[in-house]
Amino acid sequence: MTEAIDFRQAGFSAERPFRPWREGIFAALAWGATAAVTWGLPDVIQWGATGLFASLAGLVALVFLTLAILVPLRGWQGGVLTHYGPWFIALGLWLLVWEITTAKLGWLPKPFFSPPQGLLHVYMTDWDRLLICVAYTARLWGLGFFLGITLGFAGGVGLGWSKRFAYWGMPLLKLIGPVPASAWIPCAFFIFPSTFHASVFLVALASGIPVAILTASGISQVNRSYYDVARTLGASSRWQIRNVAIPAALPNVFVGLFMGLYYSFAVLVVAEMLGAKFGLGWYLQFNTAYSAYANVYAALVIMALICAGLVRALFSVRDRVLGWQKGIL
Amino acid sequence: MLDHATVQPLGLTFDRVSHGYDIGKSVLPVLEDVSLDIQPGEFVALLGPSGCGKSTLLRLAAGLEVPRRGRVQGDGRPVTAPGPDRILVFQDATLFPWRTVRGNVEAGPGARGELAAKRARVDEALQLVGLEAFGDAFPHQLSGGMAQRAAIARALVNDPRLLLLDEPLGKLDSLTRLNLQKDLVRLWQVRGFTAILVTHDVEEALLLADRVVLFSPRPARIVQEVRVDSPHPRRRDDPALIATRSALLAKLGVLEDV
Repeated sequence: MTEAIDFRQAGFSAERPFRPWREGIFAALAWGATAAVTWGLPDVIQWGATGLFASLAGLVALVFLTLAILVPLRGWQGGVLTHYGPWFIALGLWLLVWEITTAKLGWLPKPFFSPPQGLLHVYMTDWDRLLICVAYTARLWGLGFFLGITLGFAGGVGLGWSKRFAYWGMPLLKLIGPVPASAWIPCAFFIFPSTFHASVFLVALASGIPVAILTASGISQVNRSYYDVARTLGASSRWQIRNVAIPAALPNVFVGLFMGLYYSFAVLVVAEMLGAKFGLGWYLQFNTAYSAYANVYAALVIMALICAGLVRALFSVRDRVLGWQKGIL
Repeated sequence: MLDHATVQPLGLTFDRVSHGYDIGKSVLPVLEDVSLDIQPGEFVALLGPSGCGKSTLLRLAAGLEVPRRGRVQGDGRPVTAPGPDRILVFQDATLFPWRTVRGNVEAGPGARGELAAKRARVDEALQLVGLEAFGDAFPHQLSGGMAQRAAIARALVNDPRLLLLDEPLGKLDSLTRLNLQKDLVRLWQVRGFTAILVTHDVEEALLLADRVVLFSPRPARIVQEVRVDSPHPRRRDDPALIATRSALLAKLGVLEDV
């Protein structure tokens, strides 16, 4: 806080009294408390990286303290940083409660629960294996998801546009849709030449089916007058599909893509049951089998972060493609 | 400069046309034995109570539907499919919301693969309806009147020989309506297409059309035809117009003093 007083003397806030970013200070307090508790109180059971976690939490607290002073000076109020202020506080408090209930009081016991430093320890010691797992999962997920949404989209356009296609396709889709991914394993094993192909198939199926269903319903809901307009303008069926049906259905297609994204992540664990040697899903199962739950949580956090990042990316693609919707929604 | 090129207008004939729609298991008749001859370059208004089947007549003329009985002919050839020489403008502008105003106007030439040759015409069409500054706007950013102008530009860029107007001004506020009525007459005079306007506004019909055709309630039959000879621009306080208006309103079952 001395810094702030210095600036005030320098005449910075002569007219307006200097107000530090309040939420930043609270966040610093929450994170600082986590650091103090982690460092100061004895562990009920010994965990890996207690010292490191305490210093990291302390460092974050210092960063927030600095930011609390920088925000009013630099005029960052109303920006991304201050928008997430309450979240920074909540995160610090969450870590504090987590730390106390696991490591310090032992209410949530080993091996089912792990304190934050347990996860940190996993990242410190097993980072190379986790990195390989991320790469393997990325390959499987990328192939499966993009194959799935491409085929799902194409199938959905066909189902929505062509009555004959819908006559045969819709009942099949309705039958296949609710079948859980694990039920496909025997079939997938038999049909596909390798377990990797079978895994790609499962991910593709999980992501493709919602895209197909939503695309088909989007196209069949398009306002008929748009087709009337296109037809009087002399448009071919092909032009109508590309320039009327698909753009009109795109809002629905994106709903399908979001659902497909979530399903594809949920199915990864099952897909990597099929004789995978690496991968986040495999890592989860392997460590569950050994009751190494800290590793399980560590991998889950990575999966959640990757999934959230992909959702974020999909949102920005959607905002770009559906810019014309602004003001309609 | 505005494009003053005229088109070869289309003559249209409805020959004993009857049409209906399937409602469940029964058929709802909407047109009954309608015969109407529209000369090339004529401006005809179809007047009648709402829901009487006038719009169906336009859909038949556009080729979006084929009549159950009777024949629709354009220049002596049967109308069986939609085509860019007969363009329909709807009550709702029905602009493609995912395309800009310019993109909408480009839709016709683009769909027929003529866009490269017609880019200049797109600009002209926008200019003709006074939307040259709104080419990059999306439909949701337009007012109702502007959207309808854009829809008219989207139709005109194809050089239609027959323009079918299905209550295009029906949902607009009265001031916008007056302006667009003037614009429609101007465009019709400049471009020389044949125009059929469906409306239930008697005054609008008399201000715009050479001939007003009065329809009965559903199923629509032709009750009366009125020729309007006074030259454009017409005034709505013209005594002859007011007299015809009263007569037509009486035919439509509305009392004199409305």
